[in-house]
Amino acid sequence: MRERGICRSRHEYLFNLTWINEARGARSYPLAKRTENLVQAESALARTGLWFIITILAVMAVATAADRAFAAQATIVAVIAFALMWMSAVRFDPVTSGRSFFKMPEGPSRYDDDVVRWGVVATMFWGVVGLLAGLFIAMQLAFPQLNFEPYLNFGRVRPLHTSAVIFAFGGNALLATSFHVVQRTCRTQLAFPSLARFVFWGYQLFIVLAASGYLLGITQSKEYAEPEWYVDLWLTIVWVAYAIVFIGTIIRRHEPHIYVANWFYLAFIVTIAMLHIVNNLAVPVSLVGSQSYVLFSGVQDALVQWWYGHNAVGFFLTAGFLAMMYYYVPKQAERPVYSYRLSIIHFWSLIFLYIWAGPHHLHYTALPDWAQTLGMVFSVMLWMPSWGGMINGLMTLNGAWDKVRTDPIIRMMVMALAFYGMSTFEGPMLSIKSVNSLSHYTDWTIGHVHSGALGWNGLITFACVYYLVPRLWKRERMYSLRMINWHFWLATLGIVFYAASMWVAGITQGLMWREYGADGYLVNSFADTVAALHPMFIMRAFGGLLYLGGALVMSYNVWMTLAGKLREEKPLTDASYDPEADRPIVDRPAAVPAE
Amino acid sequence: MSMADKHKKLERNITLLAVCTFIAVAIGGIVQITPLFYLENTIEKVDGMRPYTPLEQAGRDIYVREGCYTCHSQMVRPFRDEVERYGHYSLAAESMYDHPFQWGSKRTGPDLARVGGRYSDEWHVQHLEDPQSVVPESIMPQYGFLAENPLEIGDPAAKLTALRRVGVPYSDEDIGRAMADLMLQADPDVAGDVDDFLARYPKAQVRDFDGDPDRITEMDALVAYLQMLGTLIDVDSAAAQEELAQEKGR
Repeated sequence: MRERGICRSRHEYLFNLTWINEARGARSYPLAKRTENLVQAESALARTGLWFIITILAVMAVATAADRAFAAQATIVAVIAFALMWMSAVRFDPVTSGRSFFKMPEGPSRYDDDVVRWGVVATMFWGVVGLLAGLFIAMQLAFPQLNFEPYLNFGRVRPLHTSAVIFAFGGNALLATSFHVVQRTCRTQLAFPSLARFVFWGYQLFIVLAASGYLLGITQSKEYAEPEWYVDLWLTIVWVAYAIVFIGTIIRRHEPHIYVANWFYLAFIVTIAMLHIVNNLAVPVSLVGSQSYVLFSGVQDALVQWWYGHNAVGFFLTAGFLAMMYYYVPKQAERPVYSYRLSIIHFWSLIFLYIWAGPHHLHYTALPDWAQTLGMVFSVMLWMPSWGGMINGLMTLNGAWDKVRTDPIIRMMVMALAFYGMSTFEGPMLSIKSVNSLSHYTDWTIGHVHSGALGWNGLITFACVYYLVPRLWKRERMYSLRMINWHFWLATLGIVFYAASMWVAGITQGLMWREYGADGYLVNSFADTVAALHPMFIMRAFGGLLYLGGALVMSYNVWMTLAGKLREEKPLTDASYDPEADRPIVDRPAAVPAE
Repeated sequence: MSMADKHKKLERNITLLAVCTFIAVAIGGIVQITPLFYLENTIEKVDGMRPYTPLEQAGRDIYVREGCYTCHSQMVRPFRDEVERYGHYSLAAESMYDHPFQWGSKRTGPDLARVGGRYSDEWHVQHLEDPQSVVPESIMPQYGFLAENPLEIGDPAAKLTALRRVGVPYSDEDIGRAMADLMLQADPDVAGDVDDFLARYPKAQVRDFDGDPDRITEMDALVAYLQMLGTLIDVDSAAAQEELAQEKGR
């Protein structure tokens, strides 16, 4: 107990420092005027020339492309390069205008938050896009007439949905929050402001190239790693820049300790780099064509892919989002993190164990049995560190549980952690081979994924955005707290519809596939099992609609907050008080007790 | 010194923290994945496996492009119901030339690992153009455009060369004759040495697949690919069983 006391106080210390630090920093430095015209002109020329070269290269790529899809992608690059060339050329004062367009930080005494602001807006935008794509493909499964060949067929839109929600929505949330958190917990500005801006815009280009590519049929078919070789190379460059900015900021920290949230962000950045590079090793067919063939084949390719795929979940959607939890839950609850020791144990065990869990995606396949069993054992063990994170998050509310009643943002965080706990119990259960023999290939997996993605990733992101928006745009509070409450219930109800219908659908189909009649023959044709799922697919789409509705309410709320408006509404935090009712009764005779 | 005190070193040193993190996340992959490249029994040798013909590979590329793997697996698990429904369970060797693998993760539609030869070409064409016309309960999208689009043949030799770079054993002759092989397989009227083609690609099916002999469409390529899936290996041959028994010492 003695130790925990110390640890708690150390966390409190850190926590207080970051708190005080945020209260500062309202002063602004005037932009240093630059007057060296000659240097500027040279610099403008150099920039224009650089963009000109890129434009020419892209146009050449269009002209010599081996397939139309690559030509279309190269056109996007050409258009952007041309626009940037144009901007560089027409501005008389390119350096200053560049600085103001990209909102370079004005002085060392303020946090560099413009990238964070853009990231928050991008998170909202891509979130709505990704959820819309999800609702669309959910409707396609219920009503196949909604497939519009070739560009809007399910097979092309499904990767668009998964990439939009994971990498565009989740990725921007991670970019924005990591840049926000690392500055606060290190009490210093971002290390390389220009590089940070490159990371943001470079990442958006990656998203646009990936998303447009899927609809054009550019894919290497590795789930959650569908983009082709040139987009992968681009993402590698952006990711290295991201690591440099993040680690560089930690190096110039003014705090002796690296706060626990940053361990998780660091693990996320390092591991995703490793996974991305190994899983995407490929040989392009042509240097001016979109197609490539991946380096590995068959069994090896399958395990490399699910080593990647499962740890995209483990490090992109878990470690990164736990980092968000470790900063924003204590801040919103105004309580220090529950246990320092637990955070150490669960950090190292989580990152060590997660990597082993990939083979549970390949149970009973041609993958060697030893690898399957190893994957299963580690997946079951993973239950413990996962719940360590959940417990550390939930127990942070010790002494502040009343806020769940009055603060809709805290309520959203608690629900996110609850869903994190539920899906990290369900995951190990599904990884047990005998359970997996029923659940694999069915919608049970889809339900499991969405209870994690919608419940944990979605809700914790929404809560963090609600925390960030008033602070980043210097508003008193969100436009409406009651709308946050509406969002909470729409989202929660949506997830319940989604997960419940997919559990039923998955177990139904799994059982129907293996159903034998008294005559010893299979009872159901495959088509029978498809027809049986129709009602569940409609219910799932309804759940998705509710969840999207919640996100739209949020977009409106954020929009109005940015516009500087405050909704007049009954505050959520007040206990009701009616002075009229607060007096003795005088005009009625006292009640006579029954005898 | 307590664990927490030791850990303070890591918390104060970003290099140490990053290095330890990397070591922690690298171990699992190294232990699980690298043995698959040198353990010989990972892929047990099976007679009959050969690389895809240029036309089959073109069809496979379309299969990948359209995201068929999002709904169809190509991996029959060793369960009674799956073996009865789809055929013999899948062997590791059957996907040894698959760059990338197409085992899939979801069966919104049935498994396709052994769909080859189960239906006629005409059935496949009609099913791809309008799935509900042959399977009323189906929720599959329509792929009529495949029959409209002429196959973007490009340079089949370049594809084979890229595949050879990642380890598929195409011979120089296979690569040199890639274009001729592709035309020959899809259109029997093209003059060419069918016997030589079949000697290099045993069990390849040579015919017009889409019902339109005048041109080679994406439908030709995709149907050619579907019709060869699972047909290369004779899983029931007694010889194969005997060899296996000897190998295992049974």
